[in-house]
Amino acid sequence: MTKTFTRSAIALAAGAGMAALMAGTALADPAVLYDGGGKFDASFNESTFNGAQRFSEETGIGFGEFEITTDAQREQAMRQFAQRGANPILVPGFNWETTIRTVAAEFPDTNFAIIDAVVDLPNVRSIVFKEHEGSYLVGILAAMASETGTIGVVPAFDFALLNAFACGYKQGAKSVNPDIEILDTYIGSGFDAFNNPGGGAEVAQSQLDRGADVIFQVAGGAGQGVLQAVADADKLGIGVDSNQNHLHPGNVLTSMLKRVDVATYNAFKDFEDGNWTNEIITLGVAEEGVGPAFDEHNEALITDEMRAAVDEATAKITSGEIVVHDFRTDNSCPV
Amino acid sequence: MTYVDLILVLDSTVRLATPLIFACLAGLYSERAGIVDIGLEGKLLGAAFGAAVVAAITGSAWAGLFAGVGVSLCMSAIHGFASINLRGNQIISGVALNFLAAGLATFLGQSWFGRGGNTPQLPSGARIPTITLPFANEVQDVPYIGYFYYELISGHSILSYIAFLIVPITAFVLFRTRFGLRLRAVGENPKALDTAGISVTLLRYQALAITGILVGIGGAYLSIAQSAGFTNNMSAGRGYIALAALIFAKWRPWPALATCLLFGFLDALQFRLQGVALPGIGQVPTQAIQALPYVLTIILLAGFIGRAVAPKAAGTPYVKER
Repeated sequence: MTKTFTRSAIALAAGAGMAALMAGTALADPAVLYDGGGKFDASFNESTFNGAQRFSEETGIGFGEFEITTDAQREQAMRQFAQRGANPILVPGFNWETTIRTVAAEFPDTNFAIIDAVVDLPNVRSIVFKEHEGSYLVGILAAMASETGTIGVVPAFDFALLNAFACGYKQGAKSVNPDIEILDTYIGSGFDAFNNPGGGAEVAQSQLDRGADVIFQVAGGAGQGVLQAVADADKLGIGVDSNQNHLHPGNVLTSMLKRVDVATYNAFKDFEDGNWTNEIITLGVAEEGVGPAFDEHNEALITDEMRAAVDEATAKITSGEIVVHDFRTDNSCPV
Repeated sequence: MTYVDLILVLDSTVRLATPLIFACLAGLYSERAGIVDIGLEGKLLGAAFGAAVVAAITGSAWAGLFAGVGVSLCMSAIHGFASINLRGNQIISGVALNFLAAGLATFLGQSWFGRGGNTPQLPSGARIPTITLPFANEVQDVPYIGYFYYELISGHSILSYIAFLIVPITAFVLFRTRFGLRLRAVGENPKALDTAGISVTLLRYQALAITGILVGIGGAYLSIAQSAGFTNNMSAGRGYIALAALIFAKWRPWPALATCLLFGFLDALQFRLQGVALPGIGQVPTQAIQALPYVLTIILLAGFIGRAVAPKAAGTPYVKER
């Protein structure tokens, strides 16, 4: 009951805001509809925005955007953008899947793109990442940086996508040190776990107490709690999705990047150049769609040896010599 | 489970129980004065939001704490006006405050920071510091007692120590002072108090002010001590759990502390037991472990609490007969 009430109240307010926002959008411009985390979430959505922004700066073409505050707005917002002629319409996040299935079918002449989900419709481009491959590389770094021989991973909850990160990470770590102990603890049991930084901090603390000295967070907003707890204990954390190395310089070993910005930029660019395709695009290590982040905030933490090991594994994954198991194919992890 | 594990779980218990203790004692003052406060949840959330916003803008944890308490005091004042002056239904007023806090925090947070309702990550200077007690580092190697002192007694947030301090203070105020006697009387038989020439309205407002301050500190703890920023719905039902704890404790301060610690302990246990093989049972599925606090809560509340009698006048607005 609480939710329904707030939802309708916010939907009303946002409806008015959307009308104002869309007045500035010209016809046939591309559009981005952000996911629940908000445009400046320092993660997934912000990365989408950065890609769209880069496209806009290079081409001078504007783009429409909309931030949802509740799930109820998804369909309404997407339909309105489609009705006003926005094309293509890009949405980041698997939460958009049902919405896009409904709306894309209603507007067969508009092109849509979804990141992180596969929608099998003739006018939808699906962009998915091989998170397990990037996590494998991050796992190598974690195992090499660990002094205690125990590392950890904190997924928000028991969910195939999140387990794919964890599973890739474990495989990478075991490839360096087969005896390494890897702790795997969930924060909660549903999507609300993404909003529980206090829980994230507690879980990280429990892993630190059990000897882990490198912890990989796969928990969205709650992950900030994980990185915070790890930094407070002066151990190493690993960020996810976007580059989070700057959050606690010296205490974030690296971040498992998903180049959502590149995917967004490419989608808009392809449409502009007339190269748009409605297919499933899979971005892995070979396509430089996923991988660890190296910048000035973590250069002191990454040794030449680590760099070399990552480069070697990257080459082997690209050539197919190493095949990282994807948790999502059979819902199990070999290690 | 070894000694070290036990200490670590208890350590985590203290951190998790702190916001519950504040909220539970806050509820104790208002309910003892005859005002049912189901709005604890909303006040926790509102205070957490206010504290995080001000701490993020000013960079000062103390300014944040004051802001959090301020927000919660304002909400208490609204609740008081609706239920004391206007003699409205206290449950409805409380529930409305919960809606207000949840919606307004997300809405304002989104329009100010554009992060889906969350506030920016706070730097360490904008968070309430933890305290290392004297000699804690020196004695940590002393077997058992030294470690106990270093890990469990020392090293918590200042607010955690305040929470534990408020319990004896509350017990003293409630049962040993004139104000406490009147407070209990106004929750049991306001008419008697009125006849004696004491203002029921004033007393109830005073109680609600204390409630506002305490729950405000609890909310600030969530966003600027335990975490480093506000996230949507971060109170996550703690206000309701505090109410359950209050009933469980039969509206008495010391049992309230014990109950809050118990709930904190169950939560801490849940995080620690995941992926750990239990002797004789083996590894228990994550979901079963995560359900543990709720299952035990139901068992304890249903089976062991006995009859809990609320303050007699709780929930009824006082009407002076003409």
